Amino acid sequence: MSVLDIKDLQVSIETDQGKKEILRGVDLTINSDEIHAIMGPNGSGKSTLAYTIAGHPRYIVDDGSITLDGEDVLAMSVDERARAGLFLAMQYPVEIPGVTVSNFLRTAKTAVSGEAPRVREWIGSVRGAMEKLRMDSSFGERNVNEGFSGGEKKRHEILQMELLRPVFAVLDETDSGLDVDALRVVSEGVNRIKSETGLGVLLITHYTRILRYIEPDRVHVFVNGRVAEQGGPELAHRLEEEGYDRYLKAGV
Amino acid sequence: MTATDTTPAHLVDAEPFVPIQTRSERPTSYDPADFGTPTGREVNWKLSDVKRLAPLFVDEETEAGIELGIDALAERGLLVESTGHDAAPRGEVFVPEDVVSAIAWKRCEDALHIRLPEGQVQDEPAIVRLTGTGADRHANGHIVVEAMPGSVGTVVLHHSGSAQYAQNLEIIVRDGARLTLISVQDWQDDTVHAAAHQAVVGEGAYLKHMVVSFGGGVVRVNPSMRLAGHRAEGEMFGLSFADSGQHIESQVFMFHEGVETRGDVLYKGALQGTGARSVWIGDVLIGNAATGTDSYEKNQNLVLTDGARADSIPNLEIQTGDIAGAGHASATGRFDDEQLFYLQSRGIEEEEARRLVVIGFLMEIVQKIGVPEIEARLADAIEEELRRGAGLAPASKAGA
Repeated sequence: MSVLDIKDLQVSIETDQGKKEILRGVDLTINSDEIHAIMGPNGSGKSTLAYTIAGHPRYIVDDGSITLDGEDVLAMSVDERARAGLFLAMQYPVEIPGVTVSNFLRTAKTAVSGEAPRVREWIGSVRGAMEKLRMDSSFGERNVNEGFSGGEKKRHEILQMELLRPVFAVLDETDSGLDVDALRVVSEGVNRIKSETGLGVLLITHYTRILRYIEPDRVHVFVNGRVAEQGGPELAHRLEEEGYDRYLKAGV
Repeated sequence: MTATDTTPAHLVDAEPFVPIQTRSERPTSYDPADFGTPTGREVNWKLSDVKRLAPLFVDEETEAGIELGIDALAERGLLVESTGHDAAPRGEVFVPEDVVSAIAWKRCEDALHIRLPEGQVQDEPAIVRLTGTGADRHANGHIVVEAMPGSVGTVVLHHSGSAQYAQNLEIIVRDGARLTLISVQDWQDDTVHAAAHQAVVGEGAYLKHMVVSFGGGVVRVNPSMRLAGHRAEGEMFGLSFADSGQHIESQVFMFHEGVETRGDVLYKGALQGTGARSVWIGDVLIGNAATGTDSYEKNQNLVLTDGARADSIPNLEIQTGDIAGAGHASATGRFDDEQLFYLQSRGIEEEEARRLVVIGFLMEIVQKIGVPEIEARLADAIEEELRRGAGLAPASKAGA
């Protein structure tokens, strides 16, 4: 079993107006095979947490720690984090012109597992994963994220998660911009991967809609760069009825 | 200065305003003396490496500095004897626009004339190998490529070795023909090469023109294409990779002359190393009779290290208001940090991620060739260029 441990994490970014604090001391512990939902209003720091875990250079860690089974994640480069078993499903995946999906997936798999996958098995597992996510087989010949619809981009993120087999995955607003059918397909994918591999999930979302398909073990409410409240799945139901007003008023 | 006149002509009372530096107004002559020696202040030389090109400004008797590999074409019956300056169709299309081209016209007695026979489809590309025999030898050449009515085929000019080589390429695409012409500059780095390509595309005909420049000290390939016939179609693609000390230049001209013509210009370049330089000047002219024109031109450059410079100047001139569409774009940038982050977040190391991004950027052009063996060879050449630059420090990250 693995543990992703975040302690007193303080993160800022450089802006034209100077340094801006975003995370003001976040504590969070996730074990394998657990799903933690991070909820909160816009601007509360949810995506900053996601990108800081992945190591985006824009986010400056001022204090605190992130460890994966005791290893210092903050000391790792972006690609080392991925090879250590961390995965970020992005809200806005970028286009890579001229690089086909199949070439990209094979290159990433080779990097993460340290050796090139056996061709026949690899083709079979890519095809199988794409079928389960209801993706057309011609998808592999397209360039990464180029001309993809919103739904296609999110399926492609989950496809990568399935093939790269991370230990922990951060899903950054994977539900945004998805219609009900796509949301169901993507959610099924997350649940399937978790049950097969014991994946630990940090599910970042603004809305409770996706929590009807992916049942969280724990819910953390982010407000103004801190965890304002935490609880079990019942907290999500309460948020669905009351919204975030209660926290925002208290925060003023 | 960029001259962009997008005012539809019917809104203008008098003659449409045409700035003096307009490409179509450029002086032409078969006599080198009419041009004088470029100083580097002229509009068509001001971004060029005039110093290194100077050997090509000398109007002198020249020796055979280029070896021609054309046996395969002769066997296929694609060569036509062409003796003297007046041998038709030489000069049907081509008029020199600068001194180098006028000298090449004058000093090349017998042109190489390649003809794709009427109505025939050439399954195999016709490859001409031009090999320079010495960096101190001044050579001048005139080549005519003529695609007869209804013919279909691909002609490749492959340049290698060392030379001081001025070249005129006259491309005639007769009615209904479909020609792909690829000029590959794979010279040694002591080579100085200036080429003028002039093409005319007839009614219902199609020309895909491609300039691929990897090797050479100074490589200046200036192609122009006149879409003369009704519904003529032309595509002009360019792919270049400039290393330290290389100067790679293309002044591209697409002239929509006929009715309902379609043109697409896309040049992409990568640069790495101190003093790597690329120059792209793209002119599109939509003539006053060219109603229904559909035209687009774009230049994109990717600067991989500090110390490299790319100049990019797109010009669009429209003389009729009745067109289907016209646009132009130019972008020169460093690595996109978000692309690198995305690839690295999937476990791919930074160097490999950069390699993927560059190859992807340039492969867009390679994928347009449509001849698998040439595509494979160019993909290898791009890999080789990247290996050569692997030890160079990456360009400073913008905004990081």
